[in-house]
Amino acid sequence: MKSPVTVALVGNPNAGSTSLFNALTGAQSAIANYQRVTTSLNVREITHGGVPLRIVDVPGIFSTSSQSPEEKVGCDYIHGEEPDIIVNVLDAGHLDRSLFLTTQLIETGLPRITVLNMMDEVRRAGIRIDTALLASALGSPVVETCALKKEGIGALLDAVAAMASTTPAAAPLRLHYDSHLEAAIERVQQHLSKLHPQELSPVRSRWLAIKMLEGDDEVLRHESNHVELVEEIKGEQSALAHEHDEDTASLLASARFAFSNGLLREVRQQEGDPTAGFKLTRILDDFFLNRTLGLPLLLGILWVMFEATFSLGAIPTDWIKAGVQLATDLVDKTLPEGMFHDLVVNGVMAGVGGTIVFLPNIVILFFFMAILSGTGYLARASFLMDRVMHHFGLHGTTLIPMVAGFGCNVPAVMATRVITNKRARLIAMLIAPFMNCSARLPVFILFAGAFFADIAGTVVFAMYMLSLVAAMVSAVLLNRIIPGSGGDAFVMELPPYRLPTLHSVLHHMWDSAQGFVAKVTGVILVGSIVIWFLQEFPRDITYSQDFETVIAEQTALPDSPEKETALKTLKSAQAQEKLEKSYLGRSAIAVTPLFQPLGFSWRDSAAIMTGFVAKEVVVATYAVIYAQEKGSDQLTETLRGAMPPATAIAFMIFTLLYAPCLSTIAIIGKEAQSWRWAGFSVAYSLTFAWLLALAASRIGGTFL
Amino acid sequence: MDQQVKIDTLTLADLRPEQQGEIVKIETEDGVFKRRMQSLGVVSGTAVTLDRSAPLGDPRIYSLMGYSLGLRNAEARQIRIRLK
Ligand SMILES: Nc1nc2c(ncn2[C@@H]2O[C@H](COP(=O)(O)OP(=O)(O)OP(=O)(O)O)[C@@H](O)[C@H]2O)c(=O)[nH]1
Ligand SMILES: [Mg+2]
Repeated sequence: MKSPVTVALVGNPNAGSTSLFNALTGAQSAIANYQRVTTSLNVREITHGGVPLRIVDVPGIFSTSSQSPEEKVGCDYIHGEEPDIIVNVLDAGHLDRSLFLTTQLIETGLPRITVLNMMDEVRRAGIRIDTALLASALGSPVVETCALKKEGIGALLDAVAAMASTTPAAAPLRLHYDSHLEAAIERVQQHLSKLHPQELSPVRSRWLAIKMLEGDDEVLRHESNHVELVEEIKGEQSALAHEHDEDTASLLASARFAFSNGLLREVRQQEGDPTAGFKLTRILDDFFLNRTLGLPLLLGILWVMFEATFSLGAIPTDWIKAGVQLATDLVDKTLPEGMFHDLVVNGVMAGVGGTIVFLPNIVILFFFMAILSGTGYLARASFLMDRVMHHFGLHGTTLIPMVAGFGCNVPAVMATRVITNKRARLIAMLIAPFMNCSARLPVFILFAGAFFADIAGTVVFAMYMLSLVAAMVSAVLLNRIIPGSGGDAFVMELPPYRLPTLHSVLHHMWDSAQGFVAKVTGVILVGSIVIWFLQEFPRDITYSQDFETVIAEQTALPDSPEKETALKTLKSAQAQEKLEKSYLGRSAIAVTPLFQPLGFSWRDSAAIMTGFVAKEVVVATYAVIYAQEKGSDQLTETLRGAMPPATAIAFMIFTLLYAPCLSTIAIIGKEAQSWRWAGFSVAYSLTFAWLLALAASRIGGTFL
Repeated sequence: MDQQVKIDTLTLADLRPEQQGEIVKIETEDGVFKRRMQSLGVVSGTAVTLDRSAPLGDPRIYSLMGYSLGLRNAEARQIRIRLK
């Protein structure tokens, strides 16, 4: 075989092919207990026993000819790339369904290895599988694995390496259909061989013939210039339909399932109670999918998640705060007075230090998200919410990218690939930026802590709920605006509950921590420096009064409490005027009229403008401005005095909803394959944010 | 006669929790949907039961071929069944 040997992991969604890929290659690709986590090919090269192998994790498919858009990547890969070896990953607990794909893979004639994954669950359920018999019936080696515990990985690699160094069998296994079908296949095959003499092996032409009879549009399009052939297919199909009162695709599907049912009767034995295996799932579902409790429970779970994110995070946050304080004091004392001192203390330390304190909150949030998606609850949540979301013209599965959006909007936009319908997917993509990503979390924790300390966790939760509502309402609007209609079937498997591995949960948290630290030391660091310079320059300001002289006069007066207050007022007035006349102040003041109706000061406008880059910068901006102006590092206290609570709410709402960050805009442009939609997303969210913030400040102003 | 008509038009959406159904055929013009259902085991002769319904009665979870499949009623109505 070629070098490296391409080995494709092909299986039903959620069969564990990515878990297997990770175990084989040491990669850390995302796994979760719901379907279609993997939406594009994962490729890694390894060597085993001296054989270089190119392992490809193919997004899961149920069939090679379903032609559903979400299976396109997988089907195209198998048809187009022709891997050297197919590793057919089967969830051994769901063989009745998954052998269907195996029967199709058999017909490709490619060398195959059958993997029975999830053997741990199968053994626990008291099921025994005769692998030797299965191997001879499927015409491929069979390897039992448990990808999670990395069991059977060595055996699988050995089987792959062995297969790579032998020549494939000349006459691979063949599935037999009933006589009518076989005759039709034979005739189409002959026609094909005539059209492409010498080009097609018998296996290949049989496979093509079956595909065409099955009605595979892709293959048919390929042969569409052979009008006669297409006519013949149509003739065969209607003759078969006439004889069997069923279309050809159904006949073939029934035959495939008949084969796998027969095979399973021989190779599988159930010991003990057959329902024992997924008993726990049943009990848990009686609870979580309860008709009255289900939805309140979902809401409760989300509330606990956000409350814990706030309150559990507070403890380690205090440690980090203390550490930042210590470091700032140290730098403050060691560096000589001057511009560099100010830049480091009031720019870098304030901005970076003010943002890094939110690290614990973000890690905790990702912990909960790993639990939700790893256990299989997320699939249940989409099931519970489908009806409600349907009212808003959305699909239950849209909940998956939406919840992913709580982490970061970029993967959320990518996760919309689980949605089959193109228009439905576009709508999901446009509402994804409303999801309250973890970059916005620091803003809410800061504001909720400053203005609503007693109910801060609930306020944070409310912001998340508002982001969901904003997404839903937008979906309704977008459904009106975007032409076409997008009815999409809700077809979703509910996997058994599984315990996410400690390793995968920790990895998820570690990943988020790393990402956050990278952001803080990257964009936040640079942003803080830029903001500091913008607020420090120009230096030759002409003040409205001669502060120098007035302050000198005051200082000369005899000591008294009045003198102290007068001095303080003067100094703060000078600092404020200096800021307002800086580049930052001037440009913020220029746009402030836009935000006047919302009650925002120029400082708030400055934070909003810088937040376009990445929303964490909002907090950094406040930190730098206040560090300079008040000489205060108690951001929370300073903020509390800076605006009324109603304005704080309006600001939180505006920050929640206004324009996606640069990375999100970029990914929308890419995934929607249109910069117009990316631009639309910015304009739409700005308008929406402004209107809602206005409403909040007006309503809040009358109550608070 | 009335009985006959009713049996002939029985669909998956009519299945009740205590009943055992068997798939007869998928009645739809949508080839993609049909093939998608077939690859999930919805072919004639497959035994199916109703597991549970979502809070508002839609979608529902059916049990077939040893796994749980969530389907909206609109789709379930396109799948003809007979009772066993
Ligand atoms: N008990 C058990 N669980 C497993 C095993 N292998 C994978 N899983 C779990 O099965 C679920 C699906 O695993 P993935 O590796 O994401 O499956 P996939 O085939 O890549 O799925 P998609 O990319 O979503 O199509 C996860 O919850 C895994 O933890 C196994 O051998 N035993
Ligand atoms: Mg995967």
